Amino acid sequence: MAEEKKGFSHDTIERNTLLLIVLILITVSIGGLVQIVPLFTIESTIEKVEGVRPYSPLELAGQNIYIREGCYNCHSQQIRPFRDEVERYGHYSLAAESMYDHPFQWGSKRTGPDLARVGGKYSNDWQVAHLVDPRAVVPESIMPGYGWMKDRPLKYADIQDHMKTMKIVGVPYSDDQIANAKADLEAQKNPDGDTAGLAKRYPKAVVANFTGNKGVTEMDALVAYLQVLGTMVDFTKYQSPKQLQQ
Amino acid sequence: MTSATLTPGAALGSQRVSENVRYHEDAVRLFVIAAVFWGVVGFLAGVFIALQLAFPALNLGLEWTSFGRLRPVHTSAVIFAFGGNVLFATSLYSVQRTSRQFLFGGDGLAKFIFWNYNIFIVLAALSYVLGYTQGKEYAEPEWILDLYLTVIWVLYAIQFIGTVMTRKESHIYVANWFFMAFILTVAILHLGNNVNVPVSLTGMKSYPFVSGVQSAMVQWWYGHNAVGFFLTAGFLGIMYYFVPKRAERPVYSYRLSIVHFWTLIFLYIWAGPHHLHYTALPDWAQTLGMTFSVMLWMPSWGGMINGIMTLSGAWDKLRTDPVLRFLVTSVAFYGMSTFEGPLMSVKPVNALSHYTDWTVGHVHSGALGWVAFISFGAIYYLVPVLWKRSQLYSLRLVSYHFWTATIGIVLYITAMWVSGIMQGLMWRAYDNLGFLQYSFVETVAAMHPFYVIRALGGVLFLTGALIMVYNLWRTAKGDVRIEKPYATAPHKAAVGAA
Repeated sequence: MAEEKKGFSHDTIERNTLLLIVLILITVSIGGLVQIVPLFTIESTIEKVEGVRPYSPLELAGQNIYIREGCYNCHSQQIRPFRDEVERYGHYSLAAESMYDHPFQWGSKRTGPDLARVGGKYSNDWQVAHLVDPRAVVPESIMPGYGWMKDRPLKYADIQDHMKTMKIVGVPYSDDQIANAKADLEAQKNPDGDTAGLAKRYPKAVVANFTGNKGVTEMDALVAYLQVLGTMVDFTKYQSPKQLQQ
Repeated sequence: MTSATLTPGAALGSQRVSENVRYHEDAVRLFVIAAVFWGVVGFLAGVFIALQLAFPALNLGLEWTSFGRLRPVHTSAVIFAFGGNVLFATSLYSVQRTSRQFLFGGDGLAKFIFWNYNIFIVLAALSYVLGYTQGKEYAEPEWILDLYLTVIWVLYAIQFIGTVMTRKESHIYVANWFFMAFILTVAILHLGNNVNVPVSLTGMKSYPFVSGVQSAMVQWWYGHNAVGFFLTAGFLGIMYYFVPKRAERPVYSYRLSIVHFWTLIFLYIWAGPHHLHYTALPDWAQTLGMTFSVMLWMPSWGGMINGIMTLSGAWDKLRTDPVLRFLVTSVAFYGMSTFEGPLMSVKPVNALSHYTDWTVGHVHSGALGWVAFISFGAIYYLVPVLWKRSQLYSLRLVSYHFWTATIGIVLYITAMWVSGIMQGLMWRAYDNLGFLQYSFVETVAAMHPFYVIRALGGVLFLTGALIMVYNLWRTAKGDVRIEKPYATAPHKAAVGAA
């Protein structure tokens, strides 16, 4: 008490638990608020890009398998704007390309290569063979094999619930897309069927019997997802004008 | 078996709680046992997945044993199971002594927290193995487990803060500032990063509210501050109690404690975006993240200096007390990894280091060198006290543990430095015709010897922990090993010789 005439002293905080709590809460809140809130308010954070669409039902199921197996522990999906990365993986990643990923799949480690634009780089057969036994295709690979996934039926009875939930968190699935979810999911696996509706609702979705199995398997979904990665945006539209290229 | 020998009526009096009072210690003992158990489990899981990277056949072709599912088991076991139980044990032990007050809510509440937290850990680990995950690093448990953890955490906050509020000491001790910052901030981070919408109330699957760029920023705001507040602020609380106690010296500088505390908790929160350099996160956020990460070097070293200089006048104890050696070496590792971190957050350095093993090595110099070493030191301090033994079974075995673990860490982090920097350089290498020199898989093959060395380092670290388990078990039994004692005050001989 005799110290009071000195003005503020840290002593005051050390004697008052509530004051200490309030000051801690204020101190640790500032950084997060400054960095996170503007990402929701500044419009240029995600620039609109033509071609980016929500995942088809089969691709969405595939992404959920990708997450379930922890693929993001070893594969990034984020190409940085460096010469070597652009040459190795393709155009650097745009914010819009992951705007429908709940959560983001950018990853933090490349024990295996980046997968942001793996779609279309390898055939469906290669993808299946590689997932079943990576070392049969790439002898030096250290990836786990996923042979058990090839024949396991995909559970998709609740695919509409997934899409409705995605809609709640901001993915613009239309009523038409949700209503046709099961049909679209099965259509993407059946190249002999009628895929016009699927192609209209999900442009560029790769239609194939990925595994050759009769029913839809988990690996069908995973490969469908891998094959769409990075293919939605047509970058030939975004090249610099001819007169600027030397 | 209550440990309090003082009647509640007497405890409420204004007189000092006398020296021979036994505070609430039953739950603390349980937390110590769990910490040691989960430590071994977590290190073992780490060794196993390290071997999987060297020898992929160890993935066994089963869905439950693939690297992708087991890696979260390792990280959760060491961070939340081992680290978490250590934090519960040390914070609930020291807060009673620094507040001269029994636990608010009593031993019963602490035991309730103990059982539920550890059940949460088991459920989380099982859920990862079975394929239920949110897919966010260090925040893998699905929504229902997140809710469960929230309840446990609120009870812990009530118990800890309640004890501080009912303290008989006029001032709140510095260790408790850090523990409180840890408890409060982890609560904010946990809630902020787990805003999810479940697909069905009867299922595990949920989707996070935010996506893409925002999802990345929120995740690394959480992820980096899980490091900053769970693995740093919490363990600094341990440092501020156990280093002075073991060294029998006061904290080096009170003023430095104040500066250290406020700058550390203010700056840490900003550092998250350094995990997202050169990504689609806006540049302004990356620059903020880098700038604050570099600034963070200063409070980190302020804390390191405060911890290490607490030994002023007691340096000779490093020679005779291997427990203190663990505590002080941990602070030295803290200094090293908090220098390396800011370095790696500088964008051009990060361009090389990001996505490589360098990051993994950096994390482990902090996790093994700082977090685990200070935990070992605190556990070696606590077990004789909690089991009411006059001394540890063997100080020599503590020393063997120390050297085995230290060599393990050195192998681990040097292997990861070499493999990380090498892989980063190979990715960007061009041949003289202007083509990329290496295919990706050639860089994978080049990692193999370093993955073997890293696994060996992990085996040594695990071996050290097993030595500790044996030592603690014999200590709890009340045994004392017949061994050559450490000479006391050998510096006198040195003075005599000079």
